[in-house]
Amino acid sequence: MTVFHYPQDDINTDLLFPGKYTYTCSTGPEIKDHLLEDLDPEFAGKVQPGDMIIAGENFGCGSSREQPSLGLKHVGIKAILAKSFARIFYRSAINQGLLLIRNPEAAEYYTDGDEVAVDPAKGEIHVGDRVFSFPPLPDEMLDILKDGGLLNHIKKQYTPGDRT
Amino acid sequence: MGETFAMKVLGRAAGKKVREGEIVFVEPDYILTHDNSAAIIGKFESTVPEGRVRYPGRISIVLDHVIPAASSKHAAGHKKIREFVREQGITNFFDIGYGVCHQVMPEMGLVKPGSIVLGSDSHTCTYGAFNCFATGIDRTEAAGIWITGRTWLKVPETINIELTGAFLGGVSAKDLILTIIGDVGAGGANYMAVEFNGPAVGGLRISDRMTIANMGIEMGAKIAAFPANIETSRYFIALDIEISKAVWSDHDAIYARTLEYDLSDIVPVIACPHQVDNVVPVGEMTGMKIDQIFLGTCTNGRFEDLKAAADILRGQKIHHSVRMLVGPASRIEYLKAMEKGILQDLVTAGAVVLPPGCGPCLGAHQGALAPGEKCLSTANRNFKGRMGEKEAEIYLSSPETAAASALTGKISDPREVLK
Repeated sequence: MTVFHYPQDDINTDLLFPGKYTYTCSTGPEIKDHLLEDLDPEFAGKVQPGDMIIAGENFGCGSSREQPSLGLKHVGIKAILAKSFARIFYRSAINQGLLLIRNPEAAEYYTDGDEVAVDPAKGEIHVGDRVFSFPPLPDEMLDILKDGGLLNHIKKQYTPGDRT
Repeated sequence: MGETFAMKVLGRAAGKKVREGEIVFVEPDYILTHDNSAAIIGKFESTVPEGRVRYPGRISIVLDHVIPAASSKHAAGHKKIREFVREQGITNFFDIGYGVCHQVMPEMGLVKPGSIVLGSDSHTCTYGAFNCFATGIDRTEAAGIWITGRTWLKVPETINIELTGAFLGGVSAKDLILTIIGDVGAGGANYMAVEFNGPAVGGLRISDRMTIANMGIEMGAKIAAFPANIETSRYFIALDIEISKAVWSDHDAIYARTLEYDLSDIVPVIACPHQVDNVVPVGEMTGMKIDQIFLGTCTNGRFEDLKAAADILRGQKIHHSVRMLVGPASRIEYLKAMEKGILQDLVTAGAVVLPPGCGPCLGAHQGALAPGEKCLSTANRNFKGRMGEKEAEIYLSSPETAAASALTGKISDPREVLK
């Protein structure tokens, strides 16, 4: 597993996925090649399923475009650990079924080369020689995450003709 | 204990008293999407094949981001949207030419005081100018609301910003909100509501309030809201819309933080690359050569903004080393500026007028930058790569500063020009 470490604060959605592609790339395979293009041009070629990202404060700020969360889920990012997340990105990640862990201490503690392991069920993240815990998500969000994202969650409940 | 605006609106929608941090389920009054509707339709159809949207009357779609279509791929997206709104009976559809969604939504009467509007666009928070609880969501969630008509929202804590005084000449709402963002930081209001209070609020025009609320997201805010007052009433009387649901915080509401600004202390400022909170007084940047000036967008493309620029440029020529693009925020604003001779002033000075839409703001078409170029823009974001080229630099300012700088080809203080 590779950990992509971007310790800076305020990594915005344009850095995660440039706006100029917003209306021509919408699916996982279309998004993949441009992920993090202006932040880390090597990311798209290197990322493997099960990899993680560790970042600073306000990760994902800016646009409501969902290519960052959708694309990172598509390439198999297991979780993102950050000091904090921007609100729209946070919602969007839940909607895509992508696990976000907000833990400023753990994100600060990480140094390049540390082993990192996540146990979402126990709410624990192991960074190097330390274990940090993160609170479970509220039930409303956990239900969406468990179903693999918002639309799968809705699909399970939807009955055709269900309309007032 | 008193309640904030956010608590009152969400409490009413949820049908109960709410507390901060609580998650409530609400049915938004409107759900806005734009060119991204093409992708949202794909999600909708793969989730509920042959399905119908739950509330066609609550959906609004505005084509504004890449208009007219820049390529056949963009055109195919627009075509798919036009077919979908016909099939689903969505009447609040505004094709190319109406303008930027955040200008069109209030113009069409879809933003009302005390209502809840969610939009698949981060600058949906603009409607806070109209006492509306409005915030951005992603495409997937928009598809979900098309299907179910509802979603969850967390009741946010609130930051109170108290405004006193009045702007001095050459200073405007953009300078105020950039100053606030510089102080609070790009994530300083993350997850939180921002309320604007104080005696100066009444003196702010609707266009000023829209500029300010528009940029709430640039400090991470969920909403950025104003009370409804005389200016608000005038706006809605003109639209023949009653505003009986207007609501505001109690005098004893509890705020997470209170910040105070005297408008007469505000000076012209610029947000430097590549972050909106990288704000400095114009004085620190004067003399820096720029290649392109962009006056427009949902932040500063209204009649008042175009007029402020025309008042500086009238009878003069922009400097030969700079090009100036003007994007009116909507057809209505475009027509107002045309009728008053504002566009004539700007075009005579050497500006190029774009169709009413998002234009070069998001870097997808129209006025993209070359590597190494510098753009002074009245938009809301200066992120690296935002205008299509990561080796370009974007500086954000007021319309006044943009116009003053157009005259010299260098960043210039509008107060010097207006002397």
